[in-house]
Amino acid sequence: MLNLKGPQGRWNFFMIAGILGLYGLIQLLAAAKILLSYHLQILSLACINIILVVSLNLIMGFTGQFSLGHAGFLAIGAYLSASLTVFYQLPFWLALIASGLAAAFVGVLIGLPALRLRGDYLAIATLGFGEIIRVIILNISAVGGPRGFTGIPRHTTFGLTYFLMIAAVVIIKNFIYSAHGRACISIREDETAAGSLGINTTYYKVVAFAIGAMFAGVAGALFSHYMQFISPTTGQIGFMRSVDILIMLVLGGLGNLTGSVVVAVFLTFLPEFLRGFAEYRMLIYPVLLLLMMLFRPEGLMGKTELSYSYLENIFSKFKRKGLRPDGTN
Amino acid sequence: MEWYALLIQQVINGLALGSVYSLIALGYTMVYGIIKLINFAHGEIYMLGAYFGFYAITVWKLHLAPALIISMALASLLGIVLERIAYKPLRNAPRIAALITAIGASLFLQSAAQFTFGANFKPFPQVIPFKRIALGPAYITNRQLIMFGVALILMVVLHIIVQYTRVGRAMRAVSLDKEAAMLMGINVDRIISFTFALGSSLAAAGGILVGMYYNRIDPYMGMMPGLKGFTAAVLGGIGVIPGAVIGGLIMGTAENLVVAFGSSTFRDAVAFAILILVLLLKPGGLLGKSENEKV
Repeated sequence: MLNLKGPQGRWNFFMIAGILGLYGLIQLLAAAKILLSYHLQILSLACINIILVVSLNLIMGFTGQFSLGHAGFLAIGAYLSASLTVFYQLPFWLALIASGLAAAFVGVLIGLPALRLRGDYLAIATLGFGEIIRVIILNISAVGGPRGFTGIPRHTTFGLTYFLMIAAVVIIKNFIYSAHGRACISIREDETAAGSLGINTTYYKVVAFAIGAMFAGVAGALFSHYMQFISPTTGQIGFMRSVDILIMLVLGGLGNLTGSVVVAVFLTFLPEFLRGFAEYRMLIYPVLLLLMMLFRPEGLMGKTELSYSYLENIFSKFKRKGLRPDGTN
Repeated sequence: MEWYALLIQQVINGLALGSVYSLIALGYTMVYGIIKLINFAHGEIYMLGAYFGFYAITVWKLHLAPALIISMALASLLGIVLERIAYKPLRNAPRIAALITAIGASLFLQSAAQFTFGANFKPFPQVIPFKRIALGPAYITNRQLIMFGVALILMVVLHIIVQYTRVGRAMRAVSLDKEAAMLMGINVDRIISFTFALGSSLAAAGGILVGMYYNRIDPYMGMMPGLKGFTAAVLGGIGVIPGAVIGGLIMGTAENLVVAFGSSTFRDAVAFAILILVLLLKPGGLLGKSENEKV
């Protein structure tokens, strides 16, 4: 159950208050017409990107399995949910669940054989799977083929995206702190050693892959029902989209959840506020990627999570500083 | 056209395209053999090679052969610079970091080319007048013959360099055991640079040949052939030079047959399907040997 006692409990309480407060504030500003639908769209896209980055973080950052096909799961979610609501008039929540499950199923289907591969081979194989999914969609004329899927009803609201994003982050965080998550981290650190300690490495890799895929599928459903249009281009559901997610993940730090969230929000906002930046985006991001790998491969925030214990540390340092008049600790 | 004529025609087309895939695959396989890195930017070097050739022909009014040589020289320089800036500092970093860097380098070169040369395609100058030669029920064009010829000459040259020269022997030594090679007095950094130079020049040649074949070049032309070249290298057994050649020819043929007898929209899916099947069924490739895992 949720712990609301003690210092950690206070932190939890403030977190929940903060999450609800932020939501209330945004809704208030939207009602007062200070935030227009354009702003809400950016905020929703930021939430969708957070779901994508955090779910890829589970696969790559915590389990150490290099996937370049994350957008493939997004594609499955986006197209399946759109087909369900457009052709079968299913309610959106049902389509949302179905697309998450379908993406997870495909994740298991792909993961079982592919996760036998390691490192760069896995990266290429997942890239291949992602592109095959895209080519298959390109060849289904019922969903528009190369012209794209139009006329999707707008069911996604900012609130839904926001709370699903929170749910994704909380579920993945709790997964990582569970025994399952620990097993995944041990696979990242040393797969052979983890196996020799009796961890069923294939099982945990596939579980992480399926959970990551599921959230990517949900993000896809949210995406298509927000944009009301989706096209099978590589920038939207193909390799370039996977790379986009990867860039956010790497900048935030592999294996750093709060880093993923912060960078996903930042990189979604940046092109909107700097119009010129959008043009040079694909020139600047790769350089950033290179510099990160050269000088700070652990991500901008490194291993530091913005958590209770981290903030408490900073806070206590402040307090200690106050005690000494000479300024030393 | 009768079905067998179509078949022969597609095999000819496929082998022509496949010989270019082979050229690309050779670069992948050599680099992987030596530093165990998938050089994602290899496809972009192929694209830049085509652009170098384009400018050599249109601006300097050169003929195909000198343009090819100039472009290969520029591309090998580019390969050396790329390795020095992007890959060398990460040689001892985790493989995942090197791979991310390689993806970054690839994206950077692609968008840099888009800014410099424009995002639209450019028509490749027609230096060779188009001719068709009957070959039984099918045809072969003089451009296809040039593709075969150039690819074959380059492969023979590569074979001589790798098998019969000092630097080639050093390359083989480094790919077998880097530390031991270092102890024997081989300058490993120089050998790695040389490998990048060789691979990049082959890719550039491939770029020009394809530019000539399809009459057009664009900044995105490197991505798919890069991935297909990689697939060809994996198919033949990565790190094995003859394997890359065979893999490229098989890839080109398979792709053309699918386009002829299936659907052209599945053209790119073929490569990935082959790649995944090879990785799952015979990860060592056709000519490679599978290695056992060591702790």
